[in-house]
This record gives sequence, C-alpha cells and structure tokens, in this order.
Amino acid sequence: MKAAILVFPGINRDRDMARALKLISGHEPAMVWRAETSLPVGTDLVVVPGGFSYGDYLRCGAIAARAPVMDAVRDYAAKGGLVLGVCNGFQILCESGLLPGVLMRNAGLKFICHDVHLRVERSDTPFTRGYNAGQVIRVPVAHGEGNYEADEETIKRLEGEGRVLYRYCSADGVVDEASNINGAAQSIAGIVNDRGNVLGMMPHPENHVEDIMGCTDGRGLFAGLVQHLEKAA
Amino acid sequence: MKARVTVTLKTGILDPQGKAIEGALKSLGVDGVASVRQGKVFDIELAGADKAKAEVVLKEAADKLLANTVIENYRVELL
Repeated sequence: MKAAILVFPGINRDRDMARALKLISGHEPAMVWRAETSLPVGTDLVVVPGGFSYGDYLRCGAIAARAPVMDAVRDYAAKGGLVLGVCNGFQILCESGLLPGVLMRNAGLKFICHDVHLRVERSDTPFTRGYNAGQVIRVPVAHGEGNYEADEETIKRLEGEGRVLYRYCSADGVVDEASNINGAAQSIAGIVNDRGNVLGMMPHPENHVEDIMGCTDGRGLFAGLVQHLEKAA
Repeated sequence: MKARVTVTLKTGILDPQGKAIEGALKSLGVDGVASVRQGKVFDIELAGADKAKAEVVLKEAADKLLANTVIENYRVELL
C-alpha cells in the first residue's frame, strides 16, 4: 500500500495515522504538504487526518479544503482513487465538496473525547471489508463539531444507496438516541461518496490498532484496505 | 471602499450555539427574547472604487470561502 497523508497547519493526528498505516500495511506512508499540486506517483490511498487545521477558523476544515493539494485529491478521487478522511479530515472532505453535507457543532455543545461504539453497516466495501456486517467496534472520538447534517433528500439518498458505513450505537449494537453522541442525523458516524471510493468518518480507528492502546478494533479498517488493494493489484 | 458580508444559518438548520445564547439571555433576565440565531460578520476593505466590480468580488469571496452554502446564506453590503 502506498498511502499519502495530507498535512495542513494545525493537523495533529498525522503521526498517529502514519504509525497505524506503517504497522498494518508494512509501508511508510508519504507525508504530503498542503501546498503540493500533485500526489506521489503510485499513491493508492490518500488520507486526510484529524486535528485542527487552521485552528478551526471560519468553519472546521473550510480553509484546508481550499488548499492547492485538494485539487490534486479531487482529480485523484475522480479517477476512482481511495480517499479516507478522519475527524477534521471528514470535515475537510465535506467542505471540499468530495462528500455531501456538513459537520455541525455537537448537539450537546460539548467537546466529546472518549471511546464510542460503532456498528459496521456493511462489509462489501474497501473501507469495511475487514469487518462483518453488523459487527460492533470500539474506537475513540475527539471532536466538538461532529454532528453530521445534510438536507432531507441527501440523507434519503445516503440511506437508500447504502452509503452510511458506520453508525454510532450502544455496546450491543443498538442504534438509539442515547448512543448518538453528537446528535448526527441517523446516528451517522461515517459515509461514502456516490462512487464509494471516498470515506469520511468522525471516530479515530488509527487510535485503536495496538494492544498498548487497550483495543485493536480499528485495525480492521486498515487491514481491509490493504486486502482490497492487494486484490486489485 | 468598505464592505460587509453577513453570513447566517439557513432556516431550519439546527443552531445549538444560538440556542445556548438564547438560554443565557433568558437566565440573565433579559426579557422579551423569543429566539436567537447566531452568524458571522466580515468587514472587508476593497481596493478600487468600482461598485459593480466590488459586488462581484464579494460574491466570489462568499461563494468560495466565507459561507458554506449548504447550510448558510449570505448578504453583501457596500458601506
């Protein structure tokens, strides 16, 4: 796997992501600065990591979404290349137009930083093939603006086309109001674009990949991507 | 030339910050507040004095960056 991790001022989960990718794929990812106008040759996964790009000024992800490197990411995604955005990366992908909708302030107004449970809605995608459909995984979240919202028609399309891949749920997999930590529409934690090659998610799978982290439930996402790319190659 | 771009949330978009401000005003005993919606104001200094051109520039700024038109409306004023 030749992964490229985008780096913007204020991004702070880029090293966590690089460590997780190295651990699971065996290959050191390339770190790509915001001002670059192209991605490294042979890139087969672009990751937009979490953090606070540009201090969350204006709107979360708004300024990073307009950086030169994002034009290269748009071209790459248009050709079917895989793009994964986590946390601030999800916000950046929404602001850049690569994913529909927007991440609003958490309904409870508080910054949320703890483990959550996610239900994997399907296993037949590059981003979920490391899991079983219906499987519940535990991963951390750390965000103040993770409340996914979109107009009614967009939500209907996302649901109708099976594009919600991860949903907040209870420990035993029940999707309800109590487990919907930030008030997101339909308890959405992660969605893909219409072509299925761009995933945005608020939780941090890269922070649950080693025993020392207390949980390795996040590994499946990366292992699945590695499998998918090996099969495609 | 001075200009102002005002960005507000579209009707129907949940505004938890506005709700919190509304609650704070009520707890301060400010009477008669029915509801609060918050937004952003950008005061912009423009080079040149062509009003028509200025409006085009401001609209471009709002569409490209200042507002997320999925959830926000904006208004451009030349001052």
